[in-house]
Amino acid sequence: MAAVTRPQPELDDLPASSPPIDPWAQIVQGFDGNRSDLVPVLQRAQSLLGYLPPDAVRRVARWLRLSESEVFGVATFYAQFRFTPPGRHHVRICLGTACHVKGGVQMLETIQRRLGVGAGETTADGEYDVERVACLGCCALAPVLTLDEAIHGQMSVLKLQGILDAEASA
Amino acid sequence: MRAATLVRHVDEALAKARDPRAYITDDGKAEIRICAGTACHSSGRPAVTAAFKEELATRALVDTIRVVETGCHGFCEQGPIVVLWPSGLFYPHVRPEDVAGIVEASIVNDGVLQKRLYKDPETKQRIAHEKEIPFYIGQRRRVLALNGKIDPYSIDDYLAHGGYTALAKVLTDNDPAGVVEEIRRSGLRGRGGAGFSTGTKWYFARSSHGEVKYVVCNADEGDPGAFMDRSVLEGNPHVVLEGMMIAAFAIGASEGYVYVRHEYQFAVDRLRKALAQARERGIFGDGVLGSEFSFDVRITEGAGAFVCGEETALMASIEGRRGMPRTRPPYPAVEGLFGKPTNINNVETYANVPWIINHGADAFAAEGTPTSAGTKIFSLTGKVANSGLVEVPMGASLRHVIFEIGGGMLPGHHFKAVQLGGPSGGCLPESLLDEPIDFESLAAAGSMMGSGGMVVVDDSTCMVDFARFFLTFTAEESCGKCAPCRVGTGHLVSILDAICAGKGELADLDRLERLARVVKSGSLCGLGQTAPNPVLSSLRYFRDEFEEHIVQKRCRAVVCRDLVVYRIIPGKCTGCQRCVQVCPTEAITGPRADAHNLDPDKCIKCGSCYEVCRFDAIAGDAILIESRGQHAD
Ligand SMILES: Cc1cc2nc3c(=O)[nH]c(=O)nc-3n(C[C@H](O)[C@H](O)[C@H](O)COP(=O)(O)O)c2cc1C
Ligand code: FES
Repeated sequence: MAAVTRPQPELDDLPASSPPIDPWAQIVQGFDGNRSDLVPVLQRAQSLLGYLPPDAVRRVARWLRLSESEVFGVATFYAQFRFTPPGRHHVRICLGTACHVKGGVQMLETIQRRLGVGAGETTADGEYDVERVACLGCCALAPVLTLDEAIHGQMSVLKLQGILDAEASA
Repeated sequence: MRAATLVRHVDEALAKARDPRAYITDDGKAEIRICAGTACHSSGRPAVTAAFKEELATRALVDTIRVVETGCHGFCEQGPIVVLWPSGLFYPHVRPEDVAGIVEASIVNDGVLQKRLYKDPETKQRIAHEKEIPFYIGQRRRVLALNGKIDPYSIDDYLAHGGYTALAKVLTDNDPAGVVEEIRRSGLRGRGGAGFSTGTKWYFARSSHGEVKYVVCNADEGDPGAFMDRSVLEGNPHVVLEGMMIAAFAIGASEGYVYVRHEYQFAVDRLRKALAQARERGIFGDGVLGSEFSFDVRITEGAGAFVCGEETALMASIEGRRGMPRTRPPYPAVEGLFGKPTNINNVETYANVPWIINHGADAFAAEGTPTSAGTKIFSLTGKVANSGLVEVPMGASLRHVIFEIGGGMLPGHHFKAVQLGGPSGGCLPESLLDEPIDFESLAAAGSMMGSGGMVVVDDSTCMVDFARFFLTFTAEESCGKCAPCRVGTGHLVSILDAICAGKGELADLDRLERLARVVKSGSLCGLGQTAPNPVLSSLRYFRDEFEEHIVQKRCRAVVCRDLVVYRIIPGKCTGCQRCVQVCPTEAITGPRADAHNLDPDKCIKCGSCYEVCRFDAIAGDAILIESRGQHAD
């Protein structure tokens, strides 16, 4: 019988009762140290640390016996990875086709005007970071943006200003 | 294993996989089905579900009626969608405060809550039942058949609705070559874009020698403006897994990967849970359903790179490298993932497989056209009245999809073009609306089937800007490995930038066409080879708009910022001051009750005043955006 892929461990599947550990142990827990673990390990590192600090890149490289530049090269290839700390709130603005057609650019500009930062940046007070994405997969609600976990559809400049006002006064 | 023993084993295993105590959805039972697709979720599904549960609890109805959260119903823009069974009543845009009324009218009593029913935008009639709504009437839901019907988290639901019987059939027939032949005969072609014959692809992978082979499912869905694969995975993850497993059995693979966008967290979650359940029930893992065939799947989350949808880049990404494509041949069927023979198909392609095995190649080929068999799912969006997910037989006309199912344009908007195939496709004008939707016709018209994005645009979309949008996207997503794509797309963008800024010259149009041909013919992978399509198709059908930008410096859609001005029409302005309040640059001034003044030097053309005037102010139409070419200034 042929060998079968071992199911990859999920963060959620890890026993909740495990003692509080150094995030590092959690980052590599369940992985074998194969080259193909690189992206999933980086993803888990980012989900635990919020971003990929130089130290994480170094440790991942050492753990997988790769050069740091190799790991950094892979990480920078993918849009998901960030190398600076995220803001406390995370704004994602969709500029996919459906959202473009319905005015997504104006949403980005409104955000830029209000927060003073553009896509890929974090406000000086560390409150917000802004990310531009190509399609959140709910195009029927275009234009779409997300603020932390909440998805806001059928946005307009005015609605967006309302949301930002509510956030600011919260 | 002897044939008879094998049949017995598989039958027993399939029977054992079912949990007799599990709740099974059924149109005949009293059920409240709430769409839990991403769009309905963001329009407020969690609160609606909670409200129904609470309402049922207070009325002590919990035991008589079941609340089921299903996959996407497709009519995303109407979300959150609730359908009641056995009546089939359809309630769109349900808010928590409507719930008590709906329960009272349609569950406790036998009636309808008239004012919350779907209203046909055209006839203004209220329509009570899902199956009577024009959006659904024109469709042929085959791949999406169980979306909206079953609970994606319940393998028992899938099993009870015929799930994994196709797998059991191929295992008991034990004729992998026959499976390949059946798929080839069905005429199924890849739904991921290129439309290659799936059976032929399987044949190559099967013919390749190798102890280890892989099956990969491409769920990267990079086309910005498309969500078919997402909805299939969210609504019915098992059908994709079953299709993959049949492919694995046919080509002799024992390991599989699903490569899914990390943005699709719902899909990832449902897929993981589905896989865990299927393993528990002996459907995945060693000795699938009591046979000698073993298969398991890993889920890899893409890390956000469009080019990783390309098959060779996708495999490099799974291997932990930069997701850069390589030249083919060797094709993945010969040398794929980790250098082993690999079969890679799209989500929707796999989702068609169980149906073909259950109903036969001939039944599949009976739907669609001679060269494009079966159905195709499209995500219909843009300025169309009914946005959502649409499944139609191949060969249906664009007009049918956009005007009958899609309900035509939003009120007050005029059809200008339909964009198919995303960044690799093109825009087709009104004159081609009667073209049938099949691989060949769309390609001949200069667009392509692509994965199924269908974006309808109206007069307010500038075709030059739209072409620039796609080119900017591909230029940014170009991995940089080959020069024609890396440098060429960048140049195409800069020429389009100049035209949009009113700084183009007529010779630019020839330059665009020449450069586009170079990029198409010289690029390494499909990204570069198709990147110029949006420009070429726009030049083919909407050349006059390009020329207008160049010669008259006019943008008729009033989109290109450098070519438009904002103006207040003094006679219409009531001086309500709403625009003064929203203007971010203090470009608008004027006392209350007097017509306001707009300083064009301060105006950044952000659109706030225009929007506020139309929706929030007394006058409603006092602010005008117009092209420079229209108005002598
Ligand atoms: C730039 C680029 C992006 C692609 N993106 C996707 C994608 O998101 N999903 C997909 O299934 N196929 C995509 N493809 C097509 C794949 O390379 C491949 O043809 C497909 O997965 C094969 O499956 P099929 O035969 O079932 O269509 C893309 C191709 C290119 C060149
Ligand atoms: S284009 Fe924005 S959600 Fe799809």
